[in-house]
Amino acid sequence: MTSLVVLLTLPLVAALAVLALPERRREPLGLLTVAIGLVAALTLAASVWRSGPVLLTLGGWTPPLGIALRADGLAVALILMSALVMSAVALAARFEMRATRVGPRAAFGFWVLMALLWGALNAVYVSRDLFNLYVGIELLSLAAVALVALSGTAKALAAALRYMIFALVGSVLYLAGVVLTYAAHGVLDIGLLAARMPAESDALALGLMTAGLLAKTALFPFHVWLPTAHAAAPAPASALLSALVPKASFLILIRLWFEAMPDLASSAAVMMLAVLGSIAVIWGGVLALVQSRLKLIVAYSTVAQLGYLFLIFPLAGGGGSVQPWSAGAWTGAMFLALSHGLAKAAMFLAAGICIAAVGSDRLGDLRGLVRHLPMTVAALALAAITLAGLPPSGGFTAKYLLMTSALAAGQWPLALVLVGGGLLAAAYLYRPMAALFAREARIAPRPVPRIWQAVPLTLAASAILLGLFSATPFDLLQIGRPEPAEEGL
Amino acid sequence: MSLTVFALTGAALVGLGVYGLLALPHLLRRVIAFNLTGSGLFLFFGAAGARGGAVDPVPQALIITGIVVALSASALAVGLVVALARSSGKVVLPDEDPAP
Repeated sequence: MTSLVVLLTLPLVAALAVLALPERRREPLGLLTVAIGLVAALTLAASVWRSGPVLLTLGGWTPPLGIALRADGLAVALILMSALVMSAVALAARFEMRATRVGPRAAFGFWVLMALLWGALNAVYVSRDLFNLYVGIELLSLAAVALVALSGTAKALAAALRYMIFALVGSVLYLAGVVLTYAAHGVLDIGLLAARMPAESDALALGLMTAGLLAKTALFPFHVWLPTAHAAAPAPASALLSALVPKASFLILIRLWFEAMPDLASSAAVMMLAVLGSIAVIWGGVLALVQSRLKLIVAYSTVAQLGYLFLIFPLAGGGGSVQPWSAGAWTGAMFLALSHGLAKAAMFLAAGICIAAVGSDRLGDLRGLVRHLPMTVAALALAAITLAGLPPSGGFTAKYLLMTSALAAGQWPLALVLVGGGLLAAAYLYRPMAALFAREARIAPRPVPRIWQAVPLTLAASAILLGLFSATPFDLLQIGRPEPAEEGL
Repeated sequence: MSLTVFALTGAALVGLGVYGLLALPHLLRRVIAFNLTGSGLFLFFGAAGARGGAVDPVPQALIITGIVVALSASALAVGLVVALARSSGKVVLPDEDPAP
């Protein structure tokens, strides 16, 4: 329980402390914060593993008056993944976000915004109150928009503002749903809402909240802000934005549909979410295929990978009796969220190293870089294996679980989407790989410290390890799993 | 009766705000439209919380928190609009520019 409190308060305290401290103390404090946060995340995970979900009622007030926080297996898995990504990003930022490289303004802002982003993420992962989730997702969006604008160029500012407009529309829609829910039931706690008397306005409320969260998760057709925003941010910020931020709004969707109001899930509604997800997988993949800059390829790949997550809605519980695992599709989607987070952060950090070495991320300028930056290229290759869903990566475990559920449930169109998306991912990731492994080298790149290069490699390797040792995270995700995850919506 | 008036006014404000947020290209107008939507929602929320004689304190607490959140979002949005206007001389997004 102490570790949960640390995870929620430490980032916020650190954000304030970074504001107050002189410049040379900023970096040590940031590193100390992620180190303590990582230890706290591991402690919390161990405690959930041993004795089940950790419950915390703020100030001792139980819902409906107070706000409940609960760290179940899913929350703690995301907390642990975020802590890993944060640690890696902080280590990379030591090199990449130096005031001499990016200017004092961006170097200063990055540590503050990173800490705020982390605090908001952890709060969203464990909150059980719809309005508390609203506050958390707003803090997250504001920190994310500011990270996009960090470089201060007109292009980055325009990308940030476009993101901001989508985020604002999303938050208005979500808040409208929360207001309708409160007006009908007088409670906002997820556990209490699950036991509510159904009201006529429930479907409208859930629809509004879902639409708002889809805009924030950048599901097709709300994805247009994502690639420009993620490509405009500095690489460590892009890693946070692509790997972690969409997972928070997706988690709220899971909490709403699987825990708060599973009774409202009609087959047409869950199918619509899956169809949008399928279009995102294909459309994001096709657009990634035609980009000529590494960061844009990686950003469009996020659009595609987020689409997979939405296949969970019709697939959860599908053909449960004929599968060797219970809740295969649900666990598969969560596995995808975890492995995508690790691999995508590794890819953006590696792209940042490429930019630091050759001053550009155009594929033409990256030719033959494997001879100068073998560790970075290895990180990109390992991350590509996970994103394309090849064995033995975490992405493979995820796709395998989703695929068996799709086939067992007889949803072969969704199985086709899974196969097609994997092929598209292999195709759009082949192009940067082909450039990096090209024989001729254009220019002599600047040297990059080995420690910096080791950071994305470690992250990409952990995404592979997630697949090699998938039994432990699989069991962790089952702790405190909602019932509809097994039985279907 | 008066509560119905409040709720209907709130609904009208939300409608106006959402229209502005989606249809107006000028960025400052969009920020104002967002605030209009927020105010409409809070008005509706207050009316919904005051039903049945006794006043429910929870919506009031949530409305105050919501106003703080909306204020922070507006501050960041206005800051970005000003920075964009300074660096590009425009107050519309590049691809929505009516006169490029």
